[in-house]
Amino acid sequence: MKYPKSGRFGEFGGKYIPETLVPAVQELEENYLKFKNDKRFKKELDYYLKQYAGRPTPLYFAKNLTEKIGGAKIYLKREDLLHGGAHKINNTLGQALLAKKMNKKRIIAETGAGQHGVATAMACAALGMKAEVYMGYKDTIRQKLNVFRMNMLGSKVHPVKSGSKTLKDAINEAIRDWITNVENTYYLLGSAVGPHPYPVMVRDFQSVIGNEIKSQMKKLHNKTPDSVIACVGGGSNAIGTFYPLVDTNAEIIGVEAAGKGLKSGFHSATLSAGSKGVLHGMMTYLLQDKEGQITETHSISAGLDYPGVGPEHSYLKDQKRVKYHSATDTEVIDAFLLLTRTEGIIPALESAHAIAEAVKVARKHKQSESIVVTLSGRGDKDVEEVQNYLNKHVKD
Amino acid sequence: MSRIKEKFAELDAKNEKALISYIMAGFPNENATLSAVKGLVKGGADIIELGFPFSDPLADGPVIQNASTLSLEKGTKIGKFFELVKKIRKITDTPLVLMTYTNILYNKGYSKFISEAKKAGIDGFILPDMSIEESKEYLNAAKGKTDTIFLISPNTSKERIRKISDASSGFLYLVAVYGTTGVKTGIKNYTLKAIKEVKKQTKGKVPVGVGFGVSTPADVKKYVSVGADAVIVGSAFLKLIEKTPQNKIEQKISAFTKSLKTQTRL
Ligand SMILES: Cc1ncc(COP(=O)(O)O)c(C=O)c1O
Repeated sequence: MKYPKSGRFGEFGGKYIPETLVPAVQELEENYLKFKNDKRFKKELDYYLKQYAGRPTPLYFAKNLTEKIGGAKIYLKREDLLHGGAHKINNTLGQALLAKKMNKKRIIAETGAGQHGVATAMACAALGMKAEVYMGYKDTIRQKLNVFRMNMLGSKVHPVKSGSKTLKDAINEAIRDWITNVENTYYLLGSAVGPHPYPVMVRDFQSVIGNEIKSQMKKLHNKTPDSVIACVGGGSNAIGTFYPLVDTNAEIIGVEAAGKGLKSGFHSATLSAGSKGVLHGMMTYLLQDKEGQITETHSISAGLDYPGVGPEHSYLKDQKRVKYHSATDTEVIDAFLLLTRTEGIIPALESAHAIAEAVKVARKHKQSESIVVTLSGRGDKDVEEVQNYLNKHVKD
Repeated sequence: MSRIKEKFAELDAKNEKALISYIMAGFPNENATLSAVKGLVKGGADIIELGFPFSDPLADGPVIQNASTLSLEKGTKIGKFFELVKKIRKITDTPLVLMTYTNILYNKGYSKFISEAKKAGIDGFILPDMSIEESKEYLNAAKGKTDTIFLISPNTSKERIRKISDASSGFLYLVAVYGTTGVKTGIKNYTLKAIKEVKKQTKGKVPVGVGFGVSTPADVKKYVSVGADAVIVGSAFLKLIEKTPQNKIEQKISAFTKSLKTQTRL
């Protein structure tokens, strides 16, 4: 859906927000609409994406992996090579630049594992601004290094001790800050979630991924990919990958975190196992109990640990245009090691969910077909987590 | 006429403004809530807001957040909550307003939730994350059953104030400050201006209540003096409940309520 004026993708999305935020969200929408087609804004953003972040990213043919699986050709869209090590910077540069045009002096953001927080801190440093980042108290301990990184980059981290002390609570706290300081503050949301226009705006800033895939595949094979695969947390790297390709014949698959298994209760597979509800300003699929209380999530990858999902994904699921599958922690560790060993590329645990699915899909498809997997980030941040997992689970 | 409307008419006749009190159901337990309600009634609260806890109360400050978490940990559930409302209805005819978040109603279905609430004795709803743009189904479900109380903020435009007041029944909830519930910032000039503006735009069609950060008799007096039809006190009651032993709650709440209520008599 191009630009849903109503703020809805089918029945999903909307603006379920406290009244104090209504003028701020309106101001954001007006400015976004004004600048998204503004030549100078586009030129400036392009400049930063190229010279600062390192776009375009390569579309790498994973020859070794392809041969090992023995099915369709697997291509990796190398968002892991971007500055900061993940796709997050596509969005933070776009929004930070917009905030600057809007003359907002104060930037706030939420972060789970710290990836979006770090990408925000980088974009703000590059554009001469300072950010304040809300992060669940549990996450500040699990991801100490990212807290230090943000501090070095000149941003302040606020540990959030309410609720489950993780990402969803960090979003709650960022929204509370925004309500309190609405006049001078820009809320730089990190995924394609939240009230309209965030889901559309973040999608647009991330669509550079899918647009590049389209033109790179055209150059290589003069066709669109047969399948595209991306992992889904809030859904920003996935919607950025999918959106430019929804009008093609490509098979599209989003991969959620099945954690310890969909039946175990310890997962973050919102679209695979959730139900409709309202959270963080949007109507979308959620993980919730029978009474509408949001439930705690689990994933080996902190970046997918969120009980909601972007409303456009809910729409694409119900339209049956995109399939949403999931990968368990164990499958993800296997995929992580497989890619590391065959290609010498250490993927983020989030991205390893997409790799796990790609292996399954490649086996089923002909050698003449091609699969593009968005490698949303690099895995340096996850090496310790993987080591702990292996120490615990592998006896030999 | 709804219980809330009747209450405002009755107060009008006595030249009084309304004292609206908020407490969280099941905080710190159901008996405490019942004792607190008795105290509120005895002390003269005109309307009682009952909070139903939500896991992600994004418009609330620390006091109500903590009360929500505790209430959920104590096992507060929708069915049990409606039973509690029925028990309260046996004690008093005071209008009862349910304050919670949209997802609690959405999850069960607006119509089903509102019908059951009405049957238990609820007279109106406050949903701080329900904007008028998204309210069509909610309004249809509440029509003829319960009042729908929307919020207005000091930064709400004149045109929007009129739209929101058209969608509101019972009263309008003017958020006094930029911030979450329970934050004490002192009385701001912009709030006093907002009260006058909202009164002007609504032309007396619906009473205007002022809440968020209101905690003392002096606050109540000030807001009433500039034209508020009602004053809403929440976190201050929760703090008092928290520090009072169970067997003293009724008495302490009653005394505090009385001290606030006195200021609404002109
Ligand atoms: C590398 C990486 N991939 C994916 C995600 C998930 O976010 P999204 O679904 O918005 O792309 C994250 C979030 O932190 C991430 O760091």
